[in-house]
Amino acid sequence: MAAQHDHDEHPEHSHLSDTDLRVRALESLLTDKGLVDTKALTAIVDTYENKVGPRNGARVVARAWVDPVYKEWLLRDGTAAIDSLGYASTQGADMVVLENTDLVHNMTVCTLCSCYPWPVLGLPPAWYKSFPYRSRAVKDPRGVLKEFGQDIPEDVEVRVWDSTSEVRYLVLPERPVGSDGMDEEALADLVTRNSMIGTDRLKGGRG
Amino acid sequence: MDGIHDMGGMDGFGPIPIEQDEPVFHAPWEGRMWALNAALGALGHWNIDAGRYALEQMNPALYLNSSYYLRWLYRTEDILVAHEMVSREEIETPPGQRQVEKQAEPLSHAEIVARARAAKSARSDVDVTAGFKAGDLVRARNIHPTGHTRLPRYVRGRTGLIEKDYGVFVFPDTRAVFAGDKPQHLYSVSFTAQELWGEEAAAKDKVYLDIWDDYLELGG
Repeated sequence: MAAQHDHDEHPEHSHLSDTDLRVRALESLLTDKGLVDTKALTAIVDTYENKVGPRNGARVVARAWVDPVYKEWLLRDGTAAIDSLGYASTQGADMVVLENTDLVHNMTVCTLCSCYPWPVLGLPPAWYKSFPYRSRAVKDPRGVLKEFGQDIPEDVEVRVWDSTSEVRYLVLPERPVGSDGMDEEALADLVTRNSMIGTDRLKGGRG
Repeated sequence: MDGIHDMGGMDGFGPIPIEQDEPVFHAPWEGRMWALNAALGALGHWNIDAGRYALEQMNPALYLNSSYYLRWLYRTEDILVAHEMVSREEIETPPGQRQVEKQAEPLSHAEIVARARAAKSARSDVDVTAGFKAGDLVRARNIHPTGHTRLPRYVRGRTGLIEKDYGVFVFPDTRAVFAGDKPQHLYSVSFTAQELWGEEAAAKDKVYLDIWDDYLELGG
């Protein structure tokens, strides 16, 4: 299929209104044809702006921190263990959970496009989809992690997971030191989105 | 295809654009574009692999000069035209000046959600013999298909270790051109950073990729 766009130089930052108009025109065309319903589109936007997000993943992580049986299940069969908390849909159909430890730091990327576990993390941040991250995460992960303020000790093995299939990865960060007495809800508050992508380590952790 | 989208290992794109308190969408049109993609996808005229392939065929200069959701806009226009659901002329005609006949009843939000939930994963129930097993040393084949593929350039010709057999999955290369599922085993394969990037890479570090049987040969 030929990508014959008349708009050969169109970064939207300089032509925001043009892009806005072009999307509106397409939506209007598709609505007139009966291919999409405007109300359905609004509901989809609302779902991803307000309902599905990294709070889901944080609850999975917090559960794993307090419940060793759940954690064992999560690491063995991430799909079923995550489904059991009600966070299933197409983009997380096959989930694999990667445990960070004192000796292993996991980090996820999609070098080819933007694959990301929507049901547990929502839509990816712009940096995850950016050319700098996609190009460098596999080649210079320690340099990338430094840009996120994370200095990984030399004796820690860094594992980068390039999401080349429909399997989706979620990092299980280390439970912060000093969080011993906290309940699941309070623990979930400690979990950052980036710690579940693997570009953050939670305070109290080593390094 | 050896396209611009296959970015793993490239240099020169600058620092990671980390943003504090980032909104889900940076402008309303981004959200509409996202939703259009989901709603059109639910119609079932194409699959995720064909959608990716359409993005990959963008002119590289346009790809690099367009933001994420702008690439989605161009991709969606291309794929709608390719599937004859709209014409290029209709896209370029201002809304007030065109005559369009309603040709379908759109899916409601509930139907879109139900279809997304009902959609099976990319796993296949077909019984296929595995070419490799955990512990095997393998080499990613040095292939350069001109169509869609999920084997990045940076790993081709390199030797890795089968860590895990994920089971049987549909094959993107054929699905992208509606040439069948070609179900086969998918593996988690690890490569040492030094195998991929040379001796200066950290000795302990590894890169893991999900790799289909057809992309692999025995290595070691």
